[in-house]
Amino acid sequence: MIELTDVHKTYAGGVRALDGAGIRIDAGELVGIVGPSGSGKSTLLHILGTLDRPTSGQVRIAGHDVGALDDAQLSALRASRIGFVFQQFHLAPGTTALDNVADGLLYSGRRRTERRELASKALTRVGLGHRLKHRTHELSGGEKQRVAIARAVAGGPALLLADEPTGALDSVSGAGVMELLGDLHRDGTTVVIITHDSDIARSLPRQVSIRDGRIVSDSSTLVGGRR
Amino acid sequence: MSTLAPRRLSTGDRLRVGAAGLHTRPMRVFLSSLGIAIGIAAMIAVVGISSSSRAELDAQLDALGTNLLSAQNGTTMMGEQAVLPLSAESMVGRIGPVTDVSAIGIVPDAKVYRSDKTPAAETKGIAAYAARTDLLETTATQLAHGTWLNNSTAQYPAVVLGAAAAERLGVSSPSPEIEILIGGRWFTVVGILEPSPLVPEIDTAALIGWPVAQEVLGFDGHATTLYARALPEQVESVQAVLGATANPEAPGEVDVAQPSDALEAQQAADQAFTALLLGIGAVALVVGGVGVANTMVISVLERRAEIGLRRSLGATRGQIRSQFLTESLMLSLLGGLAGVAIGGAVTVIYALTQDWAPVVPPWALGGGLGATLLVGCVAGLYPAARAARLSPTEALATP
Repeated sequence: MIELTDVHKTYAGGVRALDGAGIRIDAGELVGIVGPSGSGKSTLLHILGTLDRPTSGQVRIAGHDVGALDDAQLSALRASRIGFVFQQFHLAPGTTALDNVADGLLYSGRRRTERRELASKALTRVGLGHRLKHRTHELSGGEKQRVAIARAVAGGPALLLADEPTGALDSVSGAGVMELLGDLHRDGTTVVIITHDSDIARSLPRQVSIRDGRIVSDSSTLVGGRR
Repeated sequence: MSTLAPRRLSTGDRLRVGAAGLHTRPMRVFLSSLGIAIGIAAMIAVVGISSSSRAELDAQLDALGTNLLSAQNGTTMMGEQAVLPLSAESMVGRIGPVTDVSAIGIVPDAKVYRSDKTPAAETKGIAAYAARTDLLETTATQLAHGTWLNNSTAQYPAVVLGAAAAERLGVSSPSPEIEILIGGRWFTVVGILEPSPLVPEIDTAALIGWPVAQEVLGFDGHATTLYARALPEQVESVQAVLGATANPEAPGEVDVAQPSDALEAQQAADQAFTALLLGIGAVALVVGGVGVANTMVISVLERRAEIGLRRSLGATRGQIRSQFLTESLMLSLLGGLAGVAIGGAVTVIYALTQDWAPVVPPWALGGGLGATLLVGCVAGLYPAARAARLSPTEALATP
């Protein structure tokens, strides 16, 4: 599903966010990528999600060589195969939960009625079937994140990328969100969770630690620091 | 491996996404489309009012006819007042395409006073003219009150006053009791004229019969101005021979004119003024466009997170560009529609107060909306390009 080989990312100004990171994630895995802030994990997520390109190195996502795709093709890849969940939810204010989720499918080429049907199903799946018509400001933090997750998975993406999904939530809501991500994984979605919280990472089947732009440990290989 | 191609948004989706950006900020939408509305309203109103005025003038010209020619006694080479021969009227009447001829002749030294108590200096610019009985018909002048001169009243001391003359003398309606003093003789006011659009010189005239002028005021019988109606398609050829026909011995001493020229000149002047006002309206529209561009730039800055999210959901740069362009077009189109409605309403109200038929040319409406779309497009290009250029990670990093 994901294959990164010797990926470097240097930002303008000389900041090295990734310095030879390599990782392989198979379809159907549930992986936590953990590291302190500034370790390069957000950059890694952006590259996994094709939102950014590496300075050097090879990235293969869902069978595509990202370096060989142009911007429009990457957009199409995101629209069809990748779902994102962000720490700040990024829901449209004043819009209903249903519309938020349905608009997430806007760029997938589906018709409006189909988008709304899928959105309704996805919301029911995350346990918000009774809140379809609620506007975002009427929802709690945990519910907002569930709406965001519903938006990410409504189109049935192969890969779900979550960036600190519990970062803005209290522990109870956070646990609920983690449970939901686990359910999605059991249903077959590849889930990658980025977090700085090692407790959360420990609860996942596979943990990858990142520090200073390098993978320093990976529980699946038990080998430190691939170069 | 499947090929990757971004899916196109349907037109409905594109409009819905564009509109979504608008209805979350209604006040800003109102104010920035107001600028466009003012510009368009100004332009539509200018075009509408001047079109209505021109239509009115055209109707007036149609009613009055542009085929009236006048031949006035000019000055001799010595600078003296020339005299038209007594035969001038019948000669002009014999020009083939001439259908009607009439004439007035100034009665020299016949001062006009309201009463014998009026000081001699107060002539009020009113002149006494002998008039042929077919003068009104030929010059398309309307009678306001009373009667016009006929073959019998033309023999007697009866006078018909031009509109301005009546006002200056303080005569509001004709009556057998109202007499005015012309050349020292009392004349009964039998009629008052409407203002004459084609022949304004008779507005300040006291018109009396040809015979009575000759008999009691010593009028020499020479016409001073001839009025001739020609067949419309031959007006120019008649105009060319009119001077020589009226006064064959001294054609250069005759001033020939086409009175409708004055109205047409007024129309041309109106058009020049309209062009100026239209220019001012265009400036207002451009200023409105700058307002829309400004609103859109701010909107792009404020909505970086939304742009980032949409990119992560799979929107291409083109789809982001088209979203903001659509929003800008809708914003200015909203203003344009309001402007067309306001401009149309102003035209109708103004035309009704002037007693005109309101005319708003369809090209002005279409042009107004077209200009709006153009302004919206130009105003949206830069902000939309900016939104599209934003890298997704940079956009998402904004809190």
